[in-house]
Amino acid sequence: MVDLKVDIGKLVLINPVMTASGTFGYGQEYEDFIDLSQLGGIVVKGITGKERQGHPYPRMAETPSGMLNAVGLQNKGIDYFVEHIYPEVIKYNTEIIVNVNGASIDEYCEVASKVDKLEKIKAIELNISCPNVKEGGIIFGTHCPSAIAVTKAVREAYSKSLMVKLSPNVTDIVEFAQAVESAGADSVSLVNTFVGMAIDAKTRKPALSTITGGLSGPAIKPIALRMVWQVAKSVKIPVIGMGGIMNATDAIEFFLAGASAIQVGTANFINPRATIDIIDGIALYLKENMYKSIREIIGALEC
Amino acid sequence: MLKLFSSQGIPKILPGQFAQVQIEGSPVTFLRRPFSIYSVDYTENTLELLIKIVGAGTAQLALIEPHQTVNLLYPLGNFFTPPLKPSVLLVGGGTGVAPLLFLGKYLKEKHMLEPQFLMGYRTSELIVEKERFETIGKVHITTEDGSYGHKGLVIHHPVITENPSKFTKIYTCGPEIMMKEVGKIAGSHGIDCEVSLENLMGCGFGACLCCVVDTVEKGLINTCMEGPVFNTRSLKWSI
Repeated sequence: MVDLKVDIGKLVLINPVMTASGTFGYGQEYEDFIDLSQLGGIVVKGITGKERQGHPYPRMAETPSGMLNAVGLQNKGIDYFVEHIYPEVIKYNTEIIVNVNGASIDEYCEVASKVDKLEKIKAIELNISCPNVKEGGIIFGTHCPSAIAVTKAVREAYSKSLMVKLSPNVTDIVEFAQAVESAGADSVSLVNTFVGMAIDAKTRKPALSTITGGLSGPAIKPIALRMVWQVAKSVKIPVIGMGGIMNATDAIEFFLAGASAIQVGTANFINPRATIDIIDGIALYLKENMYKSIREIIGALEC
Repeated sequence: MLKLFSSQGIPKILPGQFAQVQIEGSPVTFLRRPFSIYSVDYTENTLELLIKIVGAGTAQLALIEPHQTVNLLYPLGNFFTPPLKPSVLLVGGGTGVAPLLFLGKYLKEKHMLEPQFLMGYRTSELIVEKERFETIGKVHITTEDGSYGHKGLVIHHPVITENPSKFTKIYTCGPEIMMKEVGKIAGSHGIDCEVSLENLMGCGFGACLCCVVDTVEKGLINTCMEGPVFNTRSLKWSI
């Protein structure tokens, strides 16, 4: 039996496989497919202060080895989450991480401080990298002083484990990782989606209602892997890697690059059992290679 | 037509529900493709999907060889609801006729109804298994080029232009413009009308929030979970 337990700062996970926000709803969508208690954690769909309807249809375009989305943070707001969703998700017997969003620092802090009061939630993921909202989101994640300001403010509003989700849409992601580390982040997760677009040549129109959207899937994996490797060797806090992870081999590459845990996103849409397949595959890899613990391969890249 | 056999048996499926089919071996596609269930045989443990080749994903599906294994997520979505009174019209356009065969058979067998079919195609060569639909109920066909049946679109066929009020419910599936027109006719005659939508889907089970449709009471909701079948009164486009 191999040891899959990982520590993400104060957050302890039974295994290093989490679901990526926005690809797993609030968990119940996957109850028919998998035993949710086997997951390292569920990062729930992004939550804002007020309800958001999201963007008009079409919100999705398939691209080679990936997809673009422009959902626009559709959610019912933090108060609805606290009242109706929280009591349900805590029954899953896995760590629930709330993905926190806002159009302003005040809104981020409002959501974070409300989540702080929820006893069973031990961590938030501060989303400063959503490419699909006009205000907030990626603006904070692509302007370093703003990233510092929002992280500092949320750090004061939130007492438990603070994970900051970084945008890859920057020249030097290491600068942002170090900035949020110094501003009080307990860990960083990367990468969010890449801003991209698709055009229908027949109709001469954009494929998405918002023209641009966020690219995810295997198409982004090599870039995500490179960014995780760069960040992992430049910060002291744990790094959570994601970007196009479809199977256990992909996940192991992220651990070798320095990720302490990973998130599985778009893969869930094609294979709703992807997370479980990945957990099983990681355990098998460790066993076959005579490792006793997942922690032995974190950052074990041989250059 | 893709006929699939399951050694594990077929779970209960209702007309209007769909399957998400994994596309194997395609270098350009990534996501599953949703298809309405065309027919189910619980004794043979088979189900059929009607697939029109429109892009790279469906082209890849056309290459499936006999005895090859196909990965499906099904049954997904909601289903058509039976009418309160008999006399129903099932209006399909092109491969949109797919869920109507299953629905017609279901209404005939479970609700003792004699459904009528009105189906529109571009040309006679595209007509889908007319004889099979005829075992269930009367079939009216229109073709745009007049090569078979009534020339024109389904909304020009006498069965729907002359006294549509004899029908208590209309079910429709096909191109959006056709469903909107059929929905309009039904609405103007006070006839209950259900449509099966075909929005672009990421997952098919409510997680990605990509396939939304705008509704009167609930705003943007998922086509995959709260649909694909909607009453036209609930949709914003019916107004």
